[in-house]
Amino acid sequence: MELHLPNRLWHFHGGLHPEQHKKITCETMIRGIPLPDRLILPLQQHIGAEAELDVNVGDYVYKGQPIARANGYVSAALHAPTSGTVTEIGEHRLPHPSGLSGACIIIEPDGKDSWWPTMPAPVESYLDMDPADIRQRIRDAGIVGLGGAAFPTAVKLNPPSRQHIDTLIINGAECEPYITCDDRLMRERAEEVIEGACIIRHVLGITRVLIGVEDNKPEACASLRQVLKDKGIKDIEVKEVPTIYPTGGEKQLIKVLTGREVPSHGLPADIGVVCHNVGTASSVYRALAHGEPMISRIMTVTGGGVSEPCNLEIPIGTPISHLIAQAGGYTEQAERLIMGGPMMGFALSSDEIPVIKGTNCILVARSSEVEKPAQHMPCIRCGRCTTACPANLLPQQMYWHARSKDFDKIQDFNLFDCIECGCCAAVCPSHIPLVQYYRFAKTEIWAQERARDKSDHARQRHEFRLERIEREKREKAERLAKKKAALSKTPKPEKGEEDGKKAAIQAALERAKAKKAQSEVQPRNVEGLTEAQQRQIDEAEARRKAAAKAQDQQEKTPGQ
Amino acid sequence: MEFKTTSSPYISSAPDVGAVMRQVLYALVPGTLATIWYFGWGVLITLIMAILFAVGLEALMLRLRRKEVKPFVTDFSAVLTAWLLTLALPPLAPWWLTLIGIFFAIVVAKQLYGGLGYNPFNPAMIGYVVLLISFPMEMTNWLPPAMLAKHQLGFMDSLNIILTGSPTGGLSWDALTMATPLDAVKTGLSMDRTITEIRQSPLFGDFGGKGWEWIRNWFALGGFWLIYKRVIDWRIPLSLILGIGVIATPFFIANPDSFASPAFHIFSGAVIVGAFYIATDPVTASTTPMGRWIYGAGIGILTYIIRSWGGYPDGVAFAVLLMNMAAPMIDYYTKPRVFGQGGPGK
Repeated sequence: MELHLPNRLWHFHGGLHPEQHKKITCETMIRGIPLPDRLILPLQQHIGAEAELDVNVGDYVYKGQPIARANGYVSAALHAPTSGTVTEIGEHRLPHPSGLSGACIIIEPDGKDSWWPTMPAPVESYLDMDPADIRQRIRDAGIVGLGGAAFPTAVKLNPPSRQHIDTLIINGAECEPYITCDDRLMRERAEEVIEGACIIRHVLGITRVLIGVEDNKPEACASLRQVLKDKGIKDIEVKEVPTIYPTGGEKQLIKVLTGREVPSHGLPADIGVVCHNVGTASSVYRALAHGEPMISRIMTVTGGGVSEPCNLEIPIGTPISHLIAQAGGYTEQAERLIMGGPMMGFALSSDEIPVIKGTNCILVARSSEVEKPAQHMPCIRCGRCTTACPANLLPQQMYWHARSKDFDKIQDFNLFDCIECGCCAAVCPSHIPLVQYYRFAKTEIWAQERARDKSDHARQRHEFRLERIEREKREKAERLAKKKAALSKTPKPEKGEEDGKKAAIQAALERAKAKKAQSEVQPRNVEGLTEAQQRQIDEAEARRKAAAKAQDQQEKTPGQ
Repeated sequence: MEFKTTSSPYISSAPDVGAVMRQVLYALVPGTLATIWYFGWGVLITLIMAILFAVGLEALMLRLRRKEVKPFVTDFSAVLTAWLLTLALPPLAPWWLTLIGIFFAIVVAKQLYGGLGYNPFNPAMIGYVVLLISFPMEMTNWLPPAMLAKHQLGFMDSLNIILTGSPTGGLSWDALTMATPLDAVKTGLSMDRTITEIRQSPLFGDFGGKGWEWIRNWFALGGFWLIYKRVIDWRIPLSLILGIGVIATPFFIANPDSFASPAFHIFSGAVIVGAFYIATDPVTASTTPMGRWIYGAGIGILTYIIRSWGGYPDGVAFAVLLMNMAAPMIDYYTKPRVFGQGGPGK
């Protein structure tokens, strides 16, 4: 255990100072929006198993009513964001980098926005509640991490007992350019964040809480500190951390605040830390204090491609086109539609896609704001990527091996420690889409592993089968040997008996022959004909033969 | 509304390859002007000629290789190669010598290996070494710096000599040329003279050769600017200069008569230009932080060894090429500690 030095901060390797572009929206208050015509709710909005459908087409649902339940431990429930009718359940385009489709529930709001009558009751005093019960409430509320990865929160609040957790980190760093929704949340709803943090630490059974906020958000820090002062909370610290992208990355923020490094292939819990986003903390608070499930979130709509950039509180499942309309519509220069920030977000091909629980930003960039997909130059090994990499990798070497599909070598260079933050690609003078190469290599390796698992499985099965055949053969041989031994002791059957058998076989054969003969086609109604009839038949037969012959002739003559 | 999609990140804070190369060229300007000042018009003529040859051959090779010509000609890498080779050539080198050097640099060392980013060896150094080995006579026709020169050659005289390959107007090579300081040391030592005796010659200044030292200062200034602009990594120049300085010191202290001072080694020959502009060529250097220390120090040490015990007065070019060969292996064994692996955790 290291000493508790409240004022010390650590730093991580590399990082960037991209242009912030936060001024565009950081002064705009969070506001609600009118309901869209329809809400599109994908069953998979989180990491883990897809939620299990709980409604049918035509059902009327109330606001806050569960419409899909968590399917297994790592999964999250889904609730109706408003009251209305389920009009459709089916495939719809998902907010996904590859434009995948997936199962969605589509709700047409009735405009009444009436709450489910059997909503869970608000909790007066959570400190009297059993942590397990709070976890269940959080789970039932369908809460997932709002920082982007959307991992089910209840799972993170239940670390294995062998892990000794001592610190809760609330992530308010918000390091991606353009995004200000967490900033606004901390400024306007600091109390919710602090209360949420208190609930989470109660569940974890710890006291130490650090709220990490980048020092470009002094108002947010002040607002959080004011709440702490008002409430007389002394053991929660708001820490201003230097503004370096990607400080908001979980591993990076933990390093900056505690000096501990999440082990490669490990989890924060391995080093005694649990980390939650400020938005998640606020949702936890609302789930307990208001009994409100996760049906809305705060997000930023920004960029030079929208007329009035803003921060909105939106019902989950709102189509992007509706948000854009609320933000004053597209400007003429709207060039690219990005979900998330410009560093780690992904471009969407259409605005008919809904926003989901993990969506913190819609960035409509104009052409001058985004990198043009120009032809990229060869790598000149300048090493700027190495300098920028927060994971201390060698991106230029990984690129080389990814290009040559040398997937063993690329793992020697620790491909799976790459957090895909995009620093390397942003500083590359050759403008190589490096992150794309690493994603490609990762997917290929996963595919290979799956294929290997499958073939291992098949081989195992094959070996089992061979063994079984072998065993059966052996057993049969043993049985036969036994039988033979037994037979050799019994006397031979009588001759008469044998003749009887032969006769029976003969008779069966005769029967089969007769049956076969009968089944062959025979001309019908040919008995007892008059002479004229017989002649007619003969003539018809002759004509048919002649016709057949003529046709034969024709077919044999080529070129006709 | 429908949109085009591309892969993240969507913003870039990077200058392109051409901008990086141009910055190196800007940094070379003061030192080059100083070289022209001390060694005359021949330097400028050779420089322009070399650039034209380099760009022409680069374009030709790109066309033959069916590559796009424009992005690769406008990346300024061929211009930089030509520039660096020029600095290594004698001021009045005949035109065909420059052409052969550029041919080996651009066509053989660069384009035949796959062009920009794929060459294992520094192209300018390949061109230089080929010339040094094949045309030792022409490569040693160095002029004295302006203050020591008996004959001041005008622009037309220089052009004439470069184009015809021999001095005109009753002049001979012997009258025009003078040994470089490093040559003087090498020949002097082989004649059993001491360093102190050798340095009596008017050729020598405070640290290195007269004139030469000032050129080196200007190149160093450009180098500092490149480090300040983060165009080059500071580790390679520092470790190279430290490498040669540290290895020269004990020999100098033990036997100052036979071994020149560390300062002389650093300010003579190609050490300064090599440290800031040649060894820092990213394509052929080591790319890991630790590897760059080893790579730079290796060049410094090898340069000293070649100068002191080898057959050539200067050894920077050979040292660079030898370390180019070692770069992939250095990179492999100097991978930095990855976040979350060993080191601080709990």
